[in-house]
This record gives sequence, structure tokens and C-alpha cells, in this order.
Amino acid sequence: MKYTAGVDVGSTQTKAVVIDTDKNIVGRALIDTGANVVKAAEMSYQMALDEMGVADDDVGYVIGTGYGRYKVTFGDRQVTEISCHGRGAVHMFPDTQTVLDMGGQDSKAIAVEPTGEIKDFCMNDKCAAGTGRFLGAASMALDIPLGELGPVALNSERPVRISTTCTVFAEAEVLAWLGKGKTVEDILWGVHQSIATRTFGLLRRVGINDELTFTGGVAKNIGMIKAMEDKLEIKMNVSDDSHYMGALGAALFARDSLLAGEARKVQKEMA
Amino acid sequence: MAIREVSQEAIKKPVHAANLAGDNDIVGRGVREGADLFRSWFNELSTVAENGGGAAYVFVLGSMNEVLKTFDMPVSFPEVNALQTAIRRVSRDYLNEAEDYGFSPDICGYVKADVAMQLAGGKHPMGTIPKPSIAVLTNACNTYIKWAEIWERLHKVPTFTMDIPGTRCFADKSQPGSDDFKFEAKYVLGQVKELIELCEQVNGFKFDIDKFREILGYANRMSDRWDKIIRLNANNPAMFNALTDGTVYLGMANGFRGSKEGAEYFDRLYEEMLYRAENDVGIRLKGENGPVEMDQQFRLAFVGVPCYPIFSGFNKMFTDWGGVFVTSSYLWFASGGTCSGFQYDLNNPLESFAEGQLLMVREAMDSMFNQAFAMEQAVEDFALDGVVYHPIKSCRTVSTGLADQRRYVVEKLGLSTLFFESDLIDPQVVSEAQMKNRADAFFEGLISRRQQAGV
Repeated sequence: MKYTAGVDVGSTQTKAVVIDTDKNIVGRALIDTGANVVKAAEMSYQMALDEMGVADDDVGYVIGTGYGRYKVTFGDRQVTEISCHGRGAVHMFPDTQTVLDMGGQDSKAIAVEPTGEIKDFCMNDKCAAGTGRFLGAASMALDIPLGELGPVALNSERPVRISTTCTVFAEAEVLAWLGKGKTVEDILWGVHQSIATRTFGLLRRVGINDELTFTGGVAKNIGMIKAMEDKLEIKMNVSDDSHYMGALGAALFARDSLLAGEARKVQKEMA
Repeated sequence: MAIREVSQEAIKKPVHAANLAGDNDIVGRGVREGADLFRSWFNELSTVAENGGGAAYVFVLGSMNEVLKTFDMPVSFPEVNALQTAIRRVSRDYLNEAEDYGFSPDICGYVKADVAMQLAGGKHPMGTIPKPSIAVLTNACNTYIKWAEIWERLHKVPTFTMDIPGTRCFADKSQPGSDDFKFEAKYVLGQVKELIELCEQVNGFKFDIDKFREILGYANRMSDRWDKIIRLNANNPAMFNALTDGTVYLGMANGFRGSKEGAEYFDRLYEEMLYRAENDVGIRLKGENGPVEMDQQFRLAFVGVPCYPIFSGFNKMFTDWGGVFVTSSYLWFASGGTCSGFQYDLNNPLESFAEGQLLMVREAMDSMFNQAFAMEQAVEDFALDGVVYHPIKSCRTVSTGLADQRRYVVEKLGLSTLFFESDLIDPQVVSEAQMKNRADAFFEGLISRRQQAGV
């Protein structure tokens, strides 16, 4: 067996990563989770295998992570995405002390040991403010694709102050600012700053260190990176594979299991 | 709770179990008998209500049960009534009623469940709760005061607030023997006498000091056993789950304080715990073919108020990983500090009662607001692997400061902690999937720590 895999079934998107025994990523895939979580897990895994022509039989161990981890029916074990993001971040940036994972529905601040194990963590409670969903609400209100929010926001000259912390009410506040004649750029930068402020508080709960790695889907947003770095006054570690960090961590845990002699229990059967 | 040194003699004290009918009779007896007594208590309250009688409304943070029982007054704990609505999965119905009536979603869920019950004529899932004949409260919780005002308005009943001087500065509280303590005890004694006068007016007969002395004796037995039982759980394996079993014992400690049944219940519970400690009988879980001994992997402390809407499900998030709550700040403060084992001087009942209230209610307050230091001691006494903090939306009083105290435990003691917020009875703010995710991550961290340590 040459490979192991991690499948991260998130609230918004499902990611799969296949790595070889040297911990190199050989395949990755990302799709929308949708309503059929089992199918999303299977499809992303298959797509990751297909990327480098790896056969399922060559995969020695699979770990499911994310909120839908128990729906990775072909997974041999489940590990929370909190542990997986910590592990993945330390693998990518070995000096990492703190991990900020911003996903579609929640944000996590994770303090990690040099080994990647979790020292402490905090998450947003029962509220999607300060998460990707907050950006999603702004995207809807302003009719701008998610991927363009960051670049547009960086053109702001006089950002507005978004005062609400509620994702739903934020949409109304965005419209109110439009009504007052503010530019889209200024409103969007205000949205990014608002999220950064809230996230800063979350990070403070576990301790902010110079070596902070930003993971999760929102780490693809250059506006969010800038807003966070302005607030933190440090340069964050951001990988091109930030989106896949949870799946990568799961694949690394799978590799541990494989090397420890654990056998694969369930071979994938496409639904 | 200022946990004192755990006596190894107490933990391993031999028990004479020769006359016991068998393991199944004694193991779990406290929970079974507690449930039976609990039902009988509520049945009696229903009977009182049906006969048009009233009950003394009291709170867990200083119930003054000893005085009220001297007047044969049935007691009702609105906090206990409210949590029962969540255990029985109807709390949202009550909360909706109170919110429709005008109470904000941010108001304490216990208050709202009680208001809805009052508006429904005392209708409760366990029967009927009588109207209040008197309300007795302490200043240990600021909400108590506004809560009692609601009964004043609704039922025109007298309310009595005991003002207990709390800890003004940590490590600087007045201790027995000091002048400060004497002044404070005198201040409380004056209030106790006023309470007795009020009870005489409400009930129409005089206070009986001999009966009061007898009741204090029962309370002494209960406090002594309760203190020892909590300490005995330092044993490994733990004999009871401080979150689940402990809550049953807590109900008895409150409802039956100062009664013969209560004292006897705690005698028998202590006997059970001694038997279990001596014979290493740990916690038993439901198995497919009957009870099975739990594989206790992680010893945890619980800080805060339980999540009653998913009471057993919450606990399962931990037992599934081999986690067991061996102690809890809830047992300390929600028993009104009686866990301190304070013993009244029966030769000097009134003065001693005042001193006891001063010390116990203060203990309860410190266990809520300042439990980090007690937890530091508990880490050693109970050989804890982690601490779980559960701040709740309903109660800023019990939740404020938990973040700081968690940080203290993490930074000073290097202990793993889990911090998640929900509520004591409002299922609308309980996100079970999120909580489970965090509990899982917490245990992954604990396991990883052990692996790193080579344990």
C-alpha cells in the first residue's frame, strides 16, 4: 500500500486528499457538499484518486473528517477537523503555533504543539458571524461572486463600519450602506474588517503567536488575509492548499495508522 | 468548593458488607432510592396543591430549609421544577408561554419556566406545584431577587431575602474566630430571627427550638455524609458520575435537607459508596444484556450547570470516550455549600445556624465565582485529566468569569479543558452536533497527550 487518504466533509464543501508514504500530496479534489453527504464524500475521494490515476486498492487507510465525517462510509476511522487542521498546518508550516481555520459555518482558533497535537481550541458558538457564511451573505446582497469579494474589497478607500454581528442582519446593513451611497468596495472592506475583529477575539482566547497559519476555504480570500494581518500585525502562513488542510491532516493521520500496521476495514463501493 | 485534603483513610475505610443482600441491591441504590424519594416529594406537593395549600418557595443557594421544616412547611425549589421541564423535554413549551407573555429570550430560562407554570396554575410534568405561601431567598444570585418579586406581584406573598456577606477579596474573607466573622454572623443571626418571626406570622404558631435542634441534627448527618461521598469519588475507579448520578444526590441534598428521610438516605448512600470503594465497584453503564462496568479512561471535572435538554446525551459524549465526571462545581454550589460538611452546634442552635449559613452560602458563591482555586486542588485530589466548562446563556451569574478561570487552569496547571456554551433548559441554544464535535476533539487531544507522554 503506497497511499493514504483524508476526506473532509464540510458544511459547504467536501475536500479529499491522497498522499504517498513520503507525505506528498498526489491527488486532491474539492466539490460542493450538497444534500447527499455520502455521495459527496465518495465523489471527492474518487476525483482525488483519478487525479494521479491511483486505484482504490492502492490506498491503505482512509480517515473521514469534518461535520460529515461519519458519512464517509468507506473511512476506516473518524477524526475531528480540529485535530486535522492542526496536523495539516504543522505539516505545511512546521513552526506553526496557532491555527486559524475559517470555514463556511464556523471558525476555529487552535493552539498546537510542535508535533501538531492540539493544545487548546476555541470556536464560534451558535452563530455564523465571523465565518465564511458572513461573506456569503455579503456576496448575495451585493451580487458579487464569492471569489471576487477579496480583490474588490482591497480597492476600498473609505471603509464603512459594519456594526452588526449577525450574519442575517448583516445583509440588511449592507443594503442600508448602499442606500446611503457608499461604494461596494468600501462596504466589502467593512465586512472583511468586521469578520477580522470578531476572529481576533476568538484567537485571543487560545493565544496569538507569531507563527499563525490560516486554513480553510476563507483563506483563499486575499481580502480576508489582508484584514487579518492588519488586525494581528503579523504575517500569516497561508498555503495554496489551505482549503485542503483538514483533508491533508486526515490523510496524515491515516498514514500514521497505516505505518502502525492498522489495516483498511472498508473498501470503497460507489453508491 | 474549598476542597480539603482528601483523607486516604476515608477513601479506603473498610465496610462491613456481610449483611447486604448482594451487589445488585447496594450498587446503584442511591440513584434508585433518590428517584423514588423525588417522586414522593412531588406527589406530596401535588396533594398540597390539590388541597389548596401553599409551599415555601426556596432556592438551592441557601434554602433555609431547616427553619422552614421546623414550621412543617412543604418546600418547593423553582429551580428544580424548571430543570425537570427540560429533563422531560417540555421546557420549550413553558419558555414559549413566558416569552409570549413578554419575557425576553435573554432572561433566565428557570425564571421563565416557572412564570409559565405559575400562569398555568402550577401545572408541571410531575404533577401540580402549590402556590407560594412564602418565598425565601439569599443574595447569592441576583436573579433570585427579581424572581421573587414576580411571585409578590402574582400571588401577593411575603418574600424574605437573606443578605449573606460574601467573599469581598480572595484569601481575605473573615474566618471563624475573627472579629469580622463575629460581626457578620451576628448580622446573619438577626436576619434568621426576622425570618422566624415571619414564619410564625405566616403559619400562626410559635417557633419550636427543640424541633429546630432535631432538624439541625438531621442536616448535620446529611452534610457529613455528603462531604464524605464527594471526597470518596477520588477513588479510582470513580463510584459515581458527578454529572448524572450526582444530580440525583443533589436533588436529595436540597429537597430533603433537615428531614429524617434525607438523613437516612445519605446514610445509605454513604454506605453504598464505602462498599463500592472497598470493592472497586465503579460506574455501571447500560449494556445490551444489562449493566456493564464502565472502562474509565479519563477523569474529568465539570464546571457550571448541566445541559438538561440533552442530559443523558451530553454525558454520553464523554462516556463514549471513557470520560467520567468524578467531580463537579455544580455539586458544590447547587447544594448551597452543604458539601463543606459544616456541623451545627446543637447546644447553640440559632447562633450556629447563622454561622453555618454564612459559611455555606459563601462557599456556594465562591464555588460559582471563584472555583479556579478549588479546581486547582481538585486536580490533585481527584487526579483529573481535564476540566469541562459549560457556560450557559440563561445565567451570566454562573457563567461570567469561566473564560478567565479556564485560562488559569490551562496556563497554570497545563490541563486540557473543553469550553462550550449552551443552556440549562432552552433546547433552542443547544447545538448537539457542534458540542459533540468539540467533545471528540477534546478527547483526541487527551489521547494524543497520553501517547506523547508514553502513558
